[in-house]
Amino acid sequence: MRDVFESALEKLFTDHVSAEAVLNAERDGWQPQLWAAIEESGFALASAPEELGGAGASWDDLFGVLQLCGRFSLPLPLPEALLGNWLLGQCGLEAIAAPLSVAPRADLVWEGGRVSGTLQQVPWGRHVEQVVAVVAGPEPTVVVLATAACSDKILSTNTAGEARDDLVFEQATPLASQSLAAGLAADVLWQGGALLRSVQMAGALQEVMRVAAEYVNERVQFGKPIAKFQAVQHQLAVLAEHVAATRVAAEAACVESTAGLALLPLMAAKICASEAAGIGASSGHGVHGAIGFTHEYSLHLLTRRLWSWRSEFGSLTYWSDQLGQAVCGAGVKLYWPTITSGALPQ
Amino acid sequence: MSIDQFNYTRIPADAELLRAEVREFLSQTLADFPAVRRADSWMGFDAEFSCKLGARGWVGMALPKQYGGADASAFARYVVIEELLAAGAPVSAHWFADRQSGPQILHYGTQAQRDFHLPAICRGERYFCIGMSEPGSGSDLASIKSRARREGDKWVLNGQKVWTTNAHRAHYMIALVRTSDSDNRHGGMSQFIIDLTLPGITVRPIKDLTGSEHFNEVFFDNVELSDDDLIGSEGQGWQQVTAELAFERSGPERFLSSMALLNTLIEMIGEQPDRLQAREIGRLTARLFTLRNMSLAVTRQLQEGKNPAWAASCVKDLGSVFEQEIPEIAQLLTETLPTSSGGSDHARVLAYLMQQAPSFSLRGGTREILRGIIARGLGLR
Repeated sequence: MRDVFESALEKLFTDHVSAEAVLNAERDGWQPQLWAAIEESGFALASAPEELGGAGASWDDLFGVLQLCGRFSLPLPLPEALLGNWLLGQCGLEAIAAPLSVAPRADLVWEGGRVSGTLQQVPWGRHVEQVVAVVAGPEPTVVVLATAACSDKILSTNTAGEARDDLVFEQATPLASQSLAAGLAADVLWQGGALLRSVQMAGALQEVMRVAAEYVNERVQFGKPIAKFQAVQHQLAVLAEHVAATRVAAEAACVESTAGLALLPLMAAKICASEAAGIGASSGHGVHGAIGFTHEYSLHLLTRRLWSWRSEFGSLTYWSDQLGQAVCGAGVKLYWPTITSGALPQ
Repeated sequence: MSIDQFNYTRIPADAELLRAEVREFLSQTLADFPAVRRADSWMGFDAEFSCKLGARGWVGMALPKQYGGADASAFARYVVIEELLAAGAPVSAHWFADRQSGPQILHYGTQAQRDFHLPAICRGERYFCIGMSEPGSGSDLASIKSRARREGDKWVLNGQKVWTTNAHRAHYMIALVRTSDSDNRHGGMSQFIIDLTLPGITVRPIKDLTGSEHFNEVFFDNVELSDDDLIGSEGQGWQQVTAELAFERSGPERFLSSMALLNTLIEMIGEQPDRLQAREIGRLTARLFTLRNMSLAVTRQLQEGKNPAWAASCVKDLGSVFEQEIPEIAQLLTETLPTSSGGSDHARVLAYLMQQAPSFSLRGGTREILRGIIARGLGLR
């Protein structure tokens, strides 16, 4: 499944998601035609079960799709829509074909069938029509909220010009709601978002690697391509190691997230990707010199995203802290068995 | 040379079945094994222990049954060796035979060589060392000068090897030597299986900076060898060695060398880490988990008969950085005075591994050599 999805989407992105299109999106915001093309392709629904309007694709199937979103700097919430529709499907709710995002964090409360509170840092919040969120509490509930119903928006954008907005709701009636499926945590969207960003970063980092290797073979200084200098070679060799680590870590998190999300692989993926993001941006720009620092040259489309994505849905520090608490708390006897089992100690 | 070589690979269920058995064996056999000896990792030499493993069928297990192996998959062997390394078992005696000499003899050896060596390797009784570096040829391995000259139906070997781990305790060395002049920098070399008891061989241990004796210099003074000692094809030594290095550079020993310290550190921190401790232990755990997945991706390629030399170099370089960082992070997280004698287990393991750490990015190819190989694969050289 993975290859089929990947090649279909790669074609669509190659045709529609040029560097120019990404820059236009950063300047103008939402790209309705591009979203329409994606909606038409059906990809945004793929993560939902077939009986609820999707294609029943697993995270394993979607690994290549998410990598492509990173590689092409897709300026639309396709990853978020996949996560939203996946969660709706897990909870028995119908998939949503409209522009859709998720709430990384929410402090919602129920009041007689209505919800109030703030959805924080919603990707593409001002542009999407609907947002999937979880109302925490003794009985966590998944809700779908119409952005048109929000009473206030606090707008912000990340370093890549991607909208990350707080949406405030007062006594809003959800478009749909359902108890959170058993086995999923109330912060499932936060965890799932970390998975998305890890895979997107893996895709973006591979592209940084490719662009950098190409550039150093073309750029001539001191009478030879700068690729021939050992200092340049070693920078990119170290980068390749981190890109490889990020890729396999992100893939592990996708493959192991069969029933619910695989927390240990997911944490490892976000931690490694967040670390690699800094290294990738530094080495990528390092070998490019001044040209890579210009707006004209498109390296920044990747690096400005890496600088934001590494912090979204939990930074390296956040997830390292969580993972460290978990493994220290379980004691040293369980340490190695945790590594080999791939599951956090209970 | 694509990043796609790093495909996530789950250990197959049948190989995974071995794990509980190995853990049970280790918990009994090594119940009183001190932490500081566990810190020796795959440098700890214990022939009796190797024979016990051999009796269990856990040495040379990937070799065919007819030679005493188990026809086990690369994954089954992986499960066994990672459990041994994680526990700090003293595996050094048979390590090189199990990892590379055995597979090499199976692959390139004559029937007589296989029959003679492989069953003894599988019993955990026969130990090999690897003769590569020489005094003037470290990273620049192709510049070796040790030379075997043909005299009648014999070969006469003269020269010197250095940094040869376990030469003082091994029975045989597989050595890369020059056998002819060649215009090709990588030509004219061959490999011999050398019985280290032969006349004309002198082995002298070299103390490392801690005073331990792991590696040696080995002198060859008119050592007489025969065609039967040649392994593989005359003149193909470089190609054979290069293929061998993929086995040497991707295994769990390339990121588990400081495991004993990670264990004592976590024990010392206890179940309620502060923010800094939690963050650093979490970060190390993520990297360990991911290095293991990288290593398993390479193991899959070995199992499929490919030569993942490039990917193996990535694992080794990133793994060495990880192993070397653990003593540094341990220093950062607790107030522990490293001790060579006295002090806590943690203090002694810290002292020992902090001092061993520089070797992690020397053995098996230096950082610079590995990064050069990776760069070549990226099309930069």
